[in-house]
Amino acid sequence: MIRIVCALILFLASAAQAENIVLGMNHDEVKITANFDGSEILIFGAIKRDAPQAQGALGVIVTIVGPNERVKVRRKERKFGIWMNTDEIEVDAAPSFYAVATSMAWGDIISDTEDLRHRISIPRAIRAVDTRVTDTDLFNDALKRIRESQGKYGIYENGVILDQDTLFQTRIPMPANLTAGDYKTRIFLTRDRQVVSNFETVIDVRKVGIEEFLYTLAHEQPFLYALMSLAIAVVAGWGASAFFRMLRTQ
Amino acid sequence: MQFYLPIAEVSVNIFLVLGLGGIVGILSGMFGVGGGFLLTPLLFFIGIPPAVAVATQSTQIVASSISGVLAHLQRKTVDFKMGSILVIGGLIGAGLGVILFNYLKSLGQVDLLVRLCYVVFLGVIGGLMFIESLRAMRRQKQGYTPAPRRKRGLVETLPFKMRFRTSGLYISVIPPLIVGLCVGVLSAIMGVGGGFIMIPAMIYVLHMPTKVVVGTSLYQIIFVTAFTTILHSVTSQTVDVVLAILLLLGAVIGAQFGTQIGARLKAEQLRILLATMVLLVCFKIALELLIEPTELYSISRVAILP
Repeated sequence: MIRIVCALILFLASAAQAENIVLGMNHDEVKITANFDGSEILIFGAIKRDAPQAQGALGVIVTIVGPNERVKVRRKERKFGIWMNTDEIEVDAAPSFYAVATSMAWGDIISDTEDLRHRISIPRAIRAVDTRVTDTDLFNDALKRIRESQGKYGIYENGVILDQDTLFQTRIPMPANLTAGDYKTRIFLTRDRQVVSNFETVIDVRKVGIEEFLYTLAHEQPFLYALMSLAIAVVAGWGASAFFRMLRTQ
Repeated sequence: MQFYLPIAEVSVNIFLVLGLGGIVGILSGMFGVGGGFLLTPLLFFIGIPPAVAVATQSTQIVASSISGVLAHLQRKTVDFKMGSILVIGGLIGAGLGVILFNYLKSLGQVDLLVRLCYVVFLGVIGGLMFIESLRAMRRQKQGYTPAPRRKRGLVETLPFKMRFRTSGLYISVIPPLIVGLCVGVLSAIMGVGGGFIMIPAMIYVLHMPTKVVVGTSLYQIIFVTAFTTILHSVTSQTVDVVLAILLLLGAVIGAQFGTQIGARLKAEQLRILLATMVLLVCFKIALELLIEPTELYSISRVAILP
């Protein structure tokens, strides 16, 4: 399943930064095929220096963010003896996938101000929430909790292996039920909890082959899709009865 | 072997889905029911989103009903005129059902509606069937006495009468229209053919002869579920054709075995078995509504942003 496509080695040339990131990935696209059952992205790279290394603890943070979605989060409550959805909030933009991997414990690698500025951690990434209910925090927490349990959100502290302050690598698991789209991949280099360099690229996650054909047909030509489904049903129903009648008469 | 379903957007085990289709096929062959009322809850249990389960189910029912109606056509046990009146009612009902379905989906209450419908209908039908078969078994021990025929009341007095030759009836078109309409609504909401409601209604309300009941109901179910498939597909894109194919493959094979098993069992035993199964499914769904869920919150996607 995992094809080694050493597809991307890009240099970020920037004179202002003394330390730059050179990145490689085992694949820069994820194909959702018929037998797709999740994937694992291997991200590796090196830190290129023009000058001798500065003082301070060096850290690497890797984040992958899937396409944003507008979602509704609903809460169940007991009413008339049964559990039903009552309160709901709408989250304007929540990423469909969010993974953060760091080379150190979260508190040691980045300051809150830097986190806020670059929108790195998951709480920072979920944006603007409407205020029809008073306890929106509970809903935000629930959104994160549910997505974490589905493997869609994850913080992997110490998930990045940093070797001799130069080479780094991490593996980020992706679940089977991915939303297709552009997955923004960012790598931050921090020193003494300050971001000193960053790098951005995109992993293309898309449905291919029969998956892509059916999904597009269903959404762009729903009537045609329905007729096709029915035609298959009619043929299958008729075929089955004809086939078994033939078996019985023999 | 895993297969990624393009519309449901979940990865499922092919053999698990084929097996579910097969089990339901065996049941439908044994008992002569569509099996939709069992398959939809089973699809919930394996993690298919309820909206997709309900919509996809209707596609699968089209296939199994066609398979069934062909057998009845040969025996000339389909009342086309009555069937067509039921279809008209059914199409209107399916339209209303899909509107209700999508409205409640936007409110986040569609799960509740589907589950409540299942609890109510499975509970009532299963309960009635259970009592009825117990009574029949007792009657058999005591010696058979035919049940007194009910008087025809309200149905006789309604206007717009029509002659239905195959059924040997001369009745108003209003009751069959209403029966068709109710079944149409259920078909859209529950993802079932509705045979389990329509057959008793045809016998006890419309007083149709038993021999044409099954064929005629299958005839109606084909058109109504086909229409439901189109409506769900156009309004909410929730029909998963891959899931439908896997289910119907399992179901047609299972049905052949089911028919053979069914032929070896006594009618009362079959009915008690079916009633028990219906009540078990009802009980399981009811429990889910009554017991506090481990996760009180749920997420639903409104739109993917560019």
